[in-house]
Amino acid sequence: MQTKTKWQYLKQDIKDSRMSYVMLAPYFILFFIFTVLPVAASVVISFTDFNMLEAPNFVGWKNYIKLMLDDDVFKKALKNTLVFAVITGPLSYIMCFLFAWVINEFKGKLRAFLTLIFYAPSIAGNAFMVWSIIISGDRYGYLNGILMKWGFIYEPIQWMQTEKYVLPMLIVVQLWLSLGTGFLTFIAGLQTVDKSLFEAGAMDGIKNRWQELWYITLPSMKPQLMFGAVMQITQSFAVADISINLAGNPSVNYSGATIVTHLMDYGSGTRYEMGYACAIATILFALMVGTNQIIQRVLRRVGE
Amino acid sequence: MNEMSGKTKTKEQQGKTYTVALKKNNRRFFFFKKKEKQLNRSMAGNTIMFVIMAICGVFMALPLVMILNNAFKPLDELFRFPPQIFVRNPSVDNFGDLYVLMSTSWVPFTRYLLNTLIITGFGTVGHVLCASLAAYPLAKHKFPGKKILFQMVVLSLMFSYSVTSIPNYMIISWLGINNTYLAVILPAFAYGLGLYLMKQFMEQLPDSLIESARLDGAGEFRIFFGIVMPNVKPAWLTLAIFQFQSMWANTGSGFLRSEQLKPLQYSLYQIVGGGPARQGAGAVVQLIIAAIPITFFIICQSNIIETMTTSGMKD
Repeated sequence: MQTKTKWQYLKQDIKDSRMSYVMLAPYFILFFIFTVLPVAASVVISFTDFNMLEAPNFVGWKNYIKLMLDDDVFKKALKNTLVFAVITGPLSYIMCFLFAWVINEFKGKLRAFLTLIFYAPSIAGNAFMVWSIIISGDRYGYLNGILMKWGFIYEPIQWMQTEKYVLPMLIVVQLWLSLGTGFLTFIAGLQTVDKSLFEAGAMDGIKNRWQELWYITLPSMKPQLMFGAVMQITQSFAVADISINLAGNPSVNYSGATIVTHLMDYGSGTRYEMGYACAIATILFALMVGTNQIIQRVLRRVGE
Repeated sequence: MNEMSGKTKTKEQQGKTYTVALKKNNRRFFFFKKKEKQLNRSMAGNTIMFVIMAICGVFMALPLVMILNNAFKPLDELFRFPPQIFVRNPSVDNFGDLYVLMSTSWVPFTRYLLNTLIITGFGTVGHVLCASLAAYPLAKHKFPGKKILFQMVVLSLMFSYSVTSIPNYMIISWLGINNTYLAVILPAFAYGLGLYLMKQFMEQLPDSLIESARLDGAGEFRIFFGIVMPNVKPAWLTLAIFQFQSMWANTGSGFLRSEQLKPLQYSLYQIVGGGPARQGAGAVVQLIIAAIPITFFIICQSNIIETMTTSGMKD
């Protein structure tokens, strides 16, 4: 009897809020088709040997076992991706915040100009292609040219063909590109911090800008900090475009391979091993969401 | 009467000169905000900050400066050793080269540009509309399933689009929209970022504003377009920037196979891939690709700052 009335309440609620559902419909129908369904499909396909041509067979954990035990390129890709996540993730996050914070000290036109300069690389389409000229392997590359002119090197270095330089170079370019969504969110968030808090803080004995930052600014913009963290981490886990365009896919000895380039190699490349590619995607998904959950926990403690 | 007004005037003037003097005294460092009172700031700290910003600013701006300069470099300067960042004898030859190159290819350059504009335009407007429309009930209505829907969107922010690229390709083929603009535009309508941003912003709108409109007999759509959207203009302008940027960078790879449908980004790769002789034309394309979203950003940004200061939106 009780469950029935509960159901009736729910039915009534749903009926009453049909206007809300109408407004939600366009977005969420597309969201289900292009986000929820693909994630579910990806997990399911990862347990099959689907290759786009034949009907898929269920193969259990085979793809994952092969990935973990037999695939040396995946190991390298995983390592590179973690290097990106550990270095560019936090570094770009701190950069985003520090630059936004310092820019916030300026005023008017200069402020807008600085915002533009720092934000422009990530907004300017594939502007990172200019780096292919900077780090070009012949003597016309800017980096080689400058180093040779100053006498540090005598022969041009083939930056993207030398294994030990590929990853550091990609990290530099990635950092250059990383002041994106998070950065702009911080800029907006800093403006919403209540100014009277600073005066109150000064009365309570806050002496310098660093204390002000830790005790007032950071706690007041927690929502933006959380959001920015998610953006930066997701971005650094998904590095692929710059690697493919600057180092090539496959890169020399897979030195620039990341999980996403590996995924593309199997999925949209020439191999069409969809089951295997989906296993890679599922692992990446778990990595991204897992890391983000941990970071969210940590960030909740800021300013305490 | 006259005397009175004269007096008040002088008082006002006195007040003005007083504040000006105050501002001047408090100006610690030339470039920094002339606040009435600069709390917790030291001259040394400001200087160090300024120097660090200048160095980082140069690092950030240099590649863009190169793009700008390369577009105007004659061919011999593009291959000068040692390479120069700034152009010596600016010329517009590269633009002419690009024009010639493009008029000989069987898909004209303007077609690539049009494709990019269609994808970016519809993708941006559609996403802002869909996401805002869905964000409004999530922020201001009560209905069953509200929490779980929003949680799913938050979760979707935590992984990148590349994770789902393969099943996405299958779904798009299955829907029969492969190799059409829709294959790129429709998924963009439902990115997670927009809904999240708009919901956070709309939650800050006072409930009383919406309630009073409802009492006046306005329907939900009327409230949405007449009251909610004008009040969250900074939010959707910001969202438009983000979306414009991601649509602009979309190469449509995999989905757009017909040459006539391919976006500008794709033609850049083609031209740059054409060997050293195409460097000049490639530099021009790169300038065009970089300049349009930056211009869009500048326009939006000035609007955002304007609305942020004038709206005074606080509960």
